[in-house]
Amino acid sequence: MTASRGRPHGYRDRRERRRPLARAVKRGRWFAPALVVALALALAFLTLPVVAIFVRTSPGNLIGALDDPGVLDALWLSLRTTLLALAIIVLVGTPAAYLLATRTFRGHALVVTLVELPLVLPPAVAGVGLLAALGPAGIVGGYIADTGVRLALETAGVVVALTFVAAPFFIRGAQTAFAAVDRSWLEASRTLGASEARTFARIAIPAAAPGMLAGLALAWGRAVGEFGATLIFAGSFRGRTQTAPLAIYERLGTDFDAALALSAVLVVVSGTLLLSAKLLGGQGTETLRAAR
Amino acid sequence: MRGCLLLALLLTIILALGIAGCGSSGDDGDGDDVLVSAATSLKSAFTSYGDQFDDAEARFSFAGSDELAAQIRSGAKPDVFAAANTKLPDELFAKGLVERPQTFATNRLVLAVPADEAKVEAIEDLTKPGVTIAIGSEGVPIGAYTRKVLDRLGAAERKAILANVRSEEPDVGGIAAKLGQGAADAGFLYVTDVAATNGRLKAIELDAALQPEVSYGVAIVKGASHRKAAQAFVAGLLDGAGVAALKQAGFGLPRIPIRER
Repeated sequence: MTASRGRPHGYRDRRERRRPLARAVKRGRWFAPALVVALALALAFLTLPVVAIFVRTSPGNLIGALDDPGVLDALWLSLRTTLLALAIIVLVGTPAAYLLATRTFRGHALVVTLVELPLVLPPAVAGVGLLAALGPAGIVGGYIADTGVRLALETAGVVVALTFVAAPFFIRGAQTAFAAVDRSWLEASRTLGASEARTFARIAIPAAAPGMLAGLALAWGRAVGEFGATLIFAGSFRGRTQTAPLAIYERLGTDFDAALALSAVLVVVSGTLLLSAKLLGGQGTETLRAAR
Repeated sequence: MRGCLLLALLLTIILALGIAGCGSSGDDGDGDDVLVSAATSLKSAFTSYGDQFDDAEARFSFAGSDELAAQIRSGAKPDVFAAANTKLPDELFAKGLVERPQTFATNRLVLAVPADEAKVEAIEDLTKPGVTIAIGSEGVPIGAYTRKVLDRLGAAERKAILANVRSEEPDVGGIAAKLGQGAADAGFLYVTDVAATNGRLKAIELDAALQPEVSYGVAIVKGASHRKAAQAFVAGLLDGAGVAALKQAGFGLPRIPIRER
């Protein structure tokens, strides 16, 4: 690199002058265009399926297909179960993430890895694992059944499956957000006589809120899209366990337009969630930067 | 710099392996293998038939018949389509997507329950409150047959049973899994599905009056890239090693074998 830069300005191969491409390659000008080509390829490949959902049939058909009670039931169930799962995740995940972010202990890295494991676990594995653990014949499922609570094939089972797959997204986001909170704020609060619980509630949570919300949006997106674990653990029944992705699968063979319409709704929902995660995440870092 | 080189080397190896792997599965039409899209209920019978099938390597894609038909409708080209009814192959034939279908097997619906826990002992028990039932979804053949059975029951009985249904599964595999794990107390399956669980599930026979007619249709997909192997595969199902495998798995044979070429 340094050698070519140091080359005298007037030096040029005759062949090179005639062929602009060869000249560009020789002078190292190929790199930026190569990056652009790679990005264009990635963009085209990644957006094509999303575009196809909207253009495969007419917008009229898409909207018409939404007017199916089964489709509305599925969307309504998805909304209820994901919100319930998120509530559980926030309630338990926030303090857990705070502990992971503010304390070091033996096996800290192991705990973090175990908590994050569902992020990379195949959903089918999650479903089988949930059945083996919490199903009626599972290792703790029998005790749960004795209390009269049924999870498998029930709406509660959907919430369990969603919580399992989505929780790590929130815990990870919240942990990072808590870790980024300036320690001196927490210490100042403690020196001024506030208890740790009060410091957690009044200082740490507000300061970490944008990052937590970004994690929450990602968790919601994952929960909305959950398919495999739900089908295996909770089954598929209209209005009870058939969430929007399961309703898409059921319609694939019989009513492709309805499958497309539901998919379109989920694209919009997921896109909105990703966008809000980005905006909140950005806002979070700005707040932090401003604080420094 | 060394890291970069290592990464590049690794990527090259992965790409090379990947391309080699993809290429061997469907590159040419010389009859190296035959791709069979088959109903999940055919899994054990077809797997053992495939092991004996010499003309080509048989590769299977098992799923609900409606799912497989939808794939073919949207342009997928397996070589053979075998469904748990004759309706779907006939429909694809009418659309010009497959060659003339042939009936190659029959089956029987049963009430399946976990073998070790007999909460349900007869179809009448399905109406009891607290019993959980898994059936096939409406689009998949097992679900359509199940609804036929239920339609032949009295209205009150049907209603009570439907109220106990907790899952509508995409194929027989899903129903068998829910029963095997005790998540559901009973479900409607083919007698061959129960046989394939090696004693984990128990079959309760249905009254002859309730029994729907279950026949399996097979067709060669138009434009199949391994047509010769596909023909051999279908021929073996109608009169050959496939018949033995089907019988072994508990399937019936069609009363009037239709041989049309």
